[in-house]
Amino acid sequence: MINKVNMVIQKKTIVAKGTLEFVLKNDFISHHATPGQFLHILIDGLTLRRPVSITDLDKSSGEVTIVFKIVGEGTKKLATYEPRQSIDVIGPLGNGFDIKDTHQKTVLLIGGGIGIPPLYHLGKRLVENDAKIISILGYQTKESVFYEREFQALGDTYVVTNDGTHGYQGLVTDVLSKVGSFDTFYTCGPTPMLKAVKERLSNVDGSISLEERMGCGIGACLACVIPTSDGEGYRKICQDGPVFHAKEVNLS
Amino acid sequence: MNLSVNLPGLSMKNPIMPASGCFGFGHEYSSFFDLSTLGAVMMKSATKYERLGNPTPRVAETSSGMLNAIGLQNPGVVKIIESEVPFLATYDTCVIANIAGSSVEEYEYVAKSFNQTDHVDALELNISCPNVKEGGIQFGTDPYMAAYVTETVKKATNLPVYVKLSPNVTDIVAIAKAVESAGADGLSMINTLTGMRMHLPSQKPLIANKTGGLSGPAIKPIAIRMIYEVKQQVSIPIIGMGGIASAEDVLEFILAGANAVAIGTANFNNPLICPEIINELPNVLNKYGFNSINEAVGKGIIHEPADISSS
Repeated sequence: MINKVNMVIQKKTIVAKGTLEFVLKNDFISHHATPGQFLHILIDGLTLRRPVSITDLDKSSGEVTIVFKIVGEGTKKLATYEPRQSIDVIGPLGNGFDIKDTHQKTVLLIGGGIGIPPLYHLGKRLVENDAKIISILGYQTKESVFYEREFQALGDTYVVTNDGTHGYQGLVTDVLSKVGSFDTFYTCGPTPMLKAVKERLSNVDGSISLEERMGCGIGACLACVIPTSDGEGYRKICQDGPVFHAKEVNLS
Repeated sequence: MNLSVNLPGLSMKNPIMPASGCFGFGHEYSSFFDLSTLGAVMMKSATKYERLGNPTPRVAETSSGMLNAIGLQNPGVVKIIESEVPFLATYDTCVIANIAGSSVEEYEYVAKSFNQTDHVDALELNISCPNVKEGGIQFGTDPYMAAYVTETVKKATNLPVYVKLSPNVTDIVAIAKAVESAGADGLSMINTLTGMRMHLPSQKPLIANKTGGLSGPAIKPIAIRMIYEVKQQVSIPIIGMGGIASAEDVLEFILAGANAVAIGTANFNNPLICPEIINELPNVLNKYGFNSINEAVGKGIIHEPADISSS
């Protein structure tokens, strides 16, 4: 079920360099959203909405958390919004992570940069589902690290920075050998990272969450597509995804 | 207030329809509002065979608009008739099938295919897609080619044909007159303007197709100017489009000579934009002293006195 709703900003926090957390309030979204789904946010003065994943939600309070990084015109403008301001949102959108077979399983979460936020909501639901969580979180540098403690509360967490200023130095794939065995993985992050993860874990079942520049966000305009592995066509990231089985899509 | 508009093949309760390519085949938007509120629906382009479209990124924000280069992704005309048209037929609205192709034969084939269904009311002939390598726009930028493809499609179809004009031409009036002479029942204008953006981090074009079609409020004045010019030179009706985002915008297009209008990019911004404009339109018409759409058509055109010195 999708709706166009207004969400009021309750709280605004800078969680890392150029990275903001908004706590928004809306009962419809908090009741209907599942891990991995996203909101399509209207930003004053812009033609296209901006897709932002849901980081966390609380059904009882109606609060929905998003975390975004300032990367362009849209996120720069969104970052100027203040508490008590209302934002126009279409959501919850897309197909999220499938967690039904994770009961008492060991699950590896692999997040890179601004791909980390949706994995937090997922991780919390997995813990509720009695799964054991291991997380690998990759950031550029110490200043860009966020949600480290939050993930530690869910299970073993390995932090990696490209420059080694915090945690391990290197890429998320460099610590894969340290995490021990796991049954399945969920990953979200920049495409080169997803590609590397997919290659390294080609014999493990897993899911990847993708991002792309979007138009309508609901599957009508065909702007955000990804080629399927069988070469037969495309899937729509906004509507069929953003989460896909790792083997289903072809990351070029 | 009388919002109804009657055009060849299209007996519409109001002049508002979503533009082709911005509304898919209606499924997604039907979860936001009842499609029966619309005057018509312009379906996404149909080609002979399935087309996979262009690589991504396919869209980019621009000042007051956006670029797109989807590349006519569609499941092919047979699947559209089998799987998409029946869905739209369940609504009380007119259905316009947009047809595209890379050759005159393909246009002819697709046009003929739509004769097999009773649920399409008119064809929109897309000779103006800027985002495919072969076909499309080459027919829309040359009056002779435009007339030839129009004539061929008219012979192939039982339906009225609205030719969608490209603004990427020096003289749009020449193309409009050529397709009118070739038998077009109406015009739809304008398609997008070819544009480009550079991506600074990679120092490459932002759109994978390099160029894309510019749409949105940025192109509204161009659309109005072109409709204004064409209206005075042709007698067939015009479906106007290009950056419409409010009922006031609709009236601007109608005053310039449009008989009905299509809403494109604004659907992405607000999925409820079509019903909202339909609700607001009577107030806007009333405010400016009109009792119907028809009364306002072309009312903004200033007719110059004939220049006797040049004849």
